[in-house]
Amino acid sequence: MARITTTRDESGFIREPGRSYGAEVPVLAPGHTYRSVTDKITDVVFNRTPKGWYFGLAVTLAMLMLLVTSVGYLFARGVGIWGINIPVSWGFDIINFVWWIGIGHAGTLISAILLLLHQEWRTSINRLSEAMTLFAVACAGMFPIIHLGRPWLAYYLFPYPNTMGLWPQFRSPLVWDVFAVSTYGTVSLLFWYTGLVPDLATMRDKTQNRFLRMVYGLMALGWRGSARHWNNYQMAYLLLAGLSTPLVVSVHSVVSFDFAVSIIPGWHSTIFPPYFVAGAIFAGFAMVLTIAIPLRAFYKLQDFITMRHIENMAKVTLATGLVVAYGYLSEIFFAFYSGEYYEQYFIANRISGPYWWAFWALILCNVLAPQALWSKRVRTNLPLLFLIMMFVNIGMWLERFVIIVVSLHRQYLQSSWDMYAGTFWDWSTYLGTIGLFLTLMFLFIRTLPAIAIFETRELVHADETQPEDMPA
Amino acid sequence: MKLQTPIYGLLAEFPGEHELLVASRAVRDAGYRKIDAYTPVPVNGLSEALGLQKSRVPLLVLCGGMIGGATGLLLQYWSMHIYYPLNIGGRPTDSWPAFIPAAFELTILFAAFAAVFGSFALNQLPQPYHPVFNVRSFEKVSTDGWFLAIEASDPRFDYGPTRRFLESLGPVEVSDVDH
Repeated sequence: MARITTTRDESGFIREPGRSYGAEVPVLAPGHTYRSVTDKITDVVFNRTPKGWYFGLAVTLAMLMLLVTSVGYLFARGVGIWGINIPVSWGFDIINFVWWIGIGHAGTLISAILLLLHQEWRTSINRLSEAMTLFAVACAGMFPIIHLGRPWLAYYLFPYPNTMGLWPQFRSPLVWDVFAVSTYGTVSLLFWYTGLVPDLATMRDKTQNRFLRMVYGLMALGWRGSARHWNNYQMAYLLLAGLSTPLVVSVHSVVSFDFAVSIIPGWHSTIFPPYFVAGAIFAGFAMVLTIAIPLRAFYKLQDFITMRHIENMAKVTLATGLVVAYGYLSEIFFAFYSGEYYEQYFIANRISGPYWWAFWALILCNVLAPQALWSKRVRTNLPLLFLIMMFVNIGMWLERFVIIVVSLHRQYLQSSWDMYAGTFWDWSTYLGTIGLFLTLMFLFIRTLPAIAIFETRELVHADETQPEDMPA
Repeated sequence: MKLQTPIYGLLAEFPGEHELLVASRAVRDAGYRKIDAYTPVPVNGLSEALGLQKSRVPLLVLCGGMIGGATGLLLQYWSMHIYYPLNIGGRPTDSWPAFIPAAFELTILFAAFAAVFGSFALNQLPQPYHPVFNVRSFEKVSTDGWFLAIEASDPRFDYGPTRRFLESLGPVEVSDVDH
């Protein structure tokens, strides 16, 4: 029976026989049992609500109200309340759309790609990052809709037989976007919920409250951990991971087609799809760390989200950051090498034009700041790491600002050059979606297990040495 | 509903995964077929020990994906080329490369629907009521309980001998499961 039996040594490190290991931090603190893991994770939901949670929710709800106000005013007055003009007809709305959808990508990467690659350190952060994906996609999805002149007609984008006899233009990347983003949102929701089902059963069995037992029981669909259930469940989960992997790559590629398929200098480039996907993962890991660092401290989850997770995420951020930096370099090189007047002007304008500050701030945030992550001392210093991740969050927003605004504001005709700046309502809508995102995050952490319980139990499982005669 | 048997079956709790695996094989070797095991984590080798068939989810997902892809391509071909051709710069209307992104997304969407709803259907979920929930200790199944059930509708089931047989396999406890 050729199976690899993983064991743990006395300090809790996972060991495969015949491999040498350096000093590693474990993915699960030693000494945990099935019960202690279950209790510790469900306690976050079942214990009394901490005061800090109310305070946090109050702040994020206030920001959410700002969103409601901004969108309400927008619907009453139209997109004229924003700073967009001709030629810069895509402003904050599309910047924010791309920013949010990019953030979502790390969640799918962690939950799907790392599952397929057998990276067991994904276990305690996958639920959290899937939730992040879902909420980020919800924020992202709003922007193209509210950017429409008549948002109440957004359903025209879907192909459905109608009395007008009209069909969407399927050769337009904007219609591809509708398909990509709505599929991504739906599949992320299904993946997240499928992963939750066994844990909802745990919640149902753990709660003392009759009403909660009913709610969790309904959501758990009657899960009873039967061998037949696990058999189909594991296969479905694995296949969902396999389906999500090409999906996540396709989504940001399609988003980049919105730009690359046009003929605007700086947009019409084949580097866009890979460079957007790498940027999305970069932004997403930064956001997972931004959430995970305070969360593990607040709820004392250091046993589950260990320094190993933090360091690994920092390393992925660094690696994808380098890919993004390569993207910036290749844009400059291709503009130079193309011999194309407009391309060369656009790069010169990006670096030293009226928006030079945005470009250089972007280089500082996305290229220079992450270089600190080469040092282990920085990767394990939580406040410093958090600060660097904030740089990346801001940098990725600036990247989209540079791509969208700087390319549009000086196009081919000098007569239609103009400057662009966001108005109060641009900023309030952006802040408002951050409020929506954080509000959903706060509610999620209080009502559902933020760490996948049954998968964490499987980590405990690796602890126990398996008997020789076990069927494989 | 007319009940065929006085009880649903017998449920034995085992102290751990290994004991459950050994017992599952013993029960199957003794000729019982209407058996099921309940565990807090998926257990390697348990389906084989119980003699379960391979999951049919992959087949469903393949069908879902193919239906999705075909839907995407046909929808776009029909609406863009046959029903509502748009002349954009004189380009061909049956431009299939431009139909790939939406068709790809629909492939994934339908395959994912097949994976999730197909696996729920194969597991007969949602099923809010099941007799095993009547056993008090069964709530441990989602934390650290390892259970094995033999249904009374199994042709070999005979209350006294079956119970004694289960007790001989080293369980923590054997309980009757009411309907």
